[in-house]
Amino acid sequence: MAGLFDKFRVNRPKVDQSRSDETQRAELPSDLWIKCSDCGNAMYRKVFLDNSKVCDKCGFHHKLTAHERLELLADPGSFEEWDKGLFSGNPLGIEGEYLEKLVSDRKKTGLEDAVLSGKIELTGIPVGIAIMDFHFRGGSMGSVVGEKITRMLERSGDLRFPALVVTSSGGARMQEGMLSLMQMVRTSAAVRRLNDLSVPYFCLLTDPTTAGVAASFAALGDVIVAEPRAIIGFSGARVIEQTIRQKLPPGFQTSEFYQKHGFIDMVVPRSELRATMARLIGMFAQPVLESPA
Amino acid sequence: MSMILEVEKPLLELENKIKELKEVNLTGRVDLSSEIRLLERKAEQLKKSIYENLSAWDRVLIARHSVRPGTLDYIQALFTDFLELHGDRLYADDPAIVGGLARFEGRSCVVVGHQKGKGTKDNLARNFGMPNPEGFRKAGRLMSLAHRFRLPIFTFIDTPGAYPGIEAEERGQYEAIASNIALMTELGSPIVTLVIGEGGSGGALGIAVGDRVLILENSVYSVISPEGCATILWRDASKAEQAASWLGLTSDKLLRLGLVDEVLSEPLGGAHRETENVFATVRGALRRHLGELLLSTPAELVTSRYAKYRRMGVVLEQALTP
Ligand SMILES: [Zn+2]
Repeated sequence: MAGLFDKFRVNRPKVDQSRSDETQRAELPSDLWIKCSDCGNAMYRKVFLDNSKVCDKCGFHHKLTAHERLELLADPGSFEEWDKGLFSGNPLGIEGEYLEKLVSDRKKTGLEDAVLSGKIELTGIPVGIAIMDFHFRGGSMGSVVGEKITRMLERSGDLRFPALVVTSSGGARMQEGMLSLMQMVRTSAAVRRLNDLSVPYFCLLTDPTTAGVAASFAALGDVIVAEPRAIIGFSGARVIEQTIRQKLPPGFQTSEFYQKHGFIDMVVPRSELRATMARLIGMFAQPVLESPA
Repeated sequence: MSMILEVEKPLLELENKIKELKEVNLTGRVDLSSEIRLLERKAEQLKKSIYENLSAWDRVLIARHSVRPGTLDYIQALFTDFLELHGDRLYADDPAIVGGLARFEGRSCVVVGHQKGKGTKDNLARNFGMPNPEGFRKAGRLMSLAHRFRLPIFTFIDTPGAYPGIEAEERGQYEAIASNIALMTELGSPIVTLVIGEGGSGGALGIAVGDRVLILENSVYSVISPEGCATILWRDASKAEQAASWLGLTSDKLLRLGLVDEVLSEPLGGAHRETENVFATVRGALRRHLGELLLSTPAELVTSRYAKYRRMGVVLEQALTP
């Protein structure tokens, strides 16, 4: 999986949010403005945030933090966090800046690792949820991410809550070596247990969902929803280009591409996401909640 | 036999020298037997010092060695009545993964493995052992067959990784791998997996979820190729050697982290040097592990397999300080 943790550079400029903010400051007089990382459209920061970070010109969906995602989806005040206090180790004894980056990402995101999990209510329906955050080490899946997602799926099974994972990840966390690859197995096994319990499992794929995360629990939803133009796939675009020595077609490895090829049920814009997820999960809520096996 | 390791060169030179002396000795004109014995002892020592100090990168090179035994070699040596079955019943047959029915010590089973090519032409045909989605789906179909008829499953792992191509992505490479991983966690068949060469990340894992995961001493199993890792970390693929030691991809490290169940020893210099010896070791290990697994019911196998993978992770209750 040469694409693991690759920066998925496809047909649009890869813009580091913090850097674009800096350039922004240099070009424009204040922090009031923000530039779309896709089309370059300048927006009032307030408009941008009110619009859930969707560009009002081209409709590009910028990455949300886990907390922003929670705010977008959950009934206000309904979130109850599960499995706090789990931290990544350094099983390979990696030297250098990795441990420092864990610390600074914790500070930056307010998260302990790249996933936030717990219970929410969605229009009153209790849902087990895990939200990955790309701003924490690229959303990479190490032992903690695998553990928290597995525990969330197991607990959702115990409680007969429908389960939802919101993905945003470049893949496995290289710094944990093969331990990170094995997270693909334990999370997938936990999904199959939910299937056996007839507890519905949903995936919401957001930008990006690739490599080891795409190739495990993100692909296994009873229903799979994606946000528009999210980058999805197994191998990194750069690796594919280098292997086949040709340019990739426009729109390759996007949500729309995978919907066309039969791997995604629905592509839903952020403005309709909460309502659509509530309708979708509501379809399963009654029988599941009323008849614990 | 083409040798690829720089560290092996002095040994090769010495072995050639011994061969020359032996030929001269055979002519009977001079008696060189004591010199030969001396050199042979020296060669033995040299061999030990070389192979006992192999770096992670040396092992990557041995694992990728072009004449290292592949899946079909193991099938031929350890199984009888192999019936190769083809195709995923959806799109195509993928020659990068071979599979079929066979007998192991008389017992019917399903065997699946990555297959690299021997030589350039064969390698192109087999896509260098890099599966497309249909390879994983063929493997999944055969393993489901095994499950329905309670046949044991053996998988052999030897791939640089899943193929990174446009069509592979279009046909859902990620979905094919995910489905196999999930499938393998719930099969009632005993599954014994052996990493015989290169375990290339998700492309390997797609057929490598097992009740027992074994690895040959010089095989490697990695979350990402050393070249890919070096490119990401240092923007320099030539630092692959450094990345190899960084990634913890060698058999001893995998065993220490509890990610493999047993390391099978190889003859000095690697499996390709004394293949019969390796086949005997592997046969013994497969027999032993299968024998143990056959004592469990299908439901017990699924439960203990879940527990086995459930434990794989290093999670702390306090943050590490740099
Ligand atoms: Zn825009």
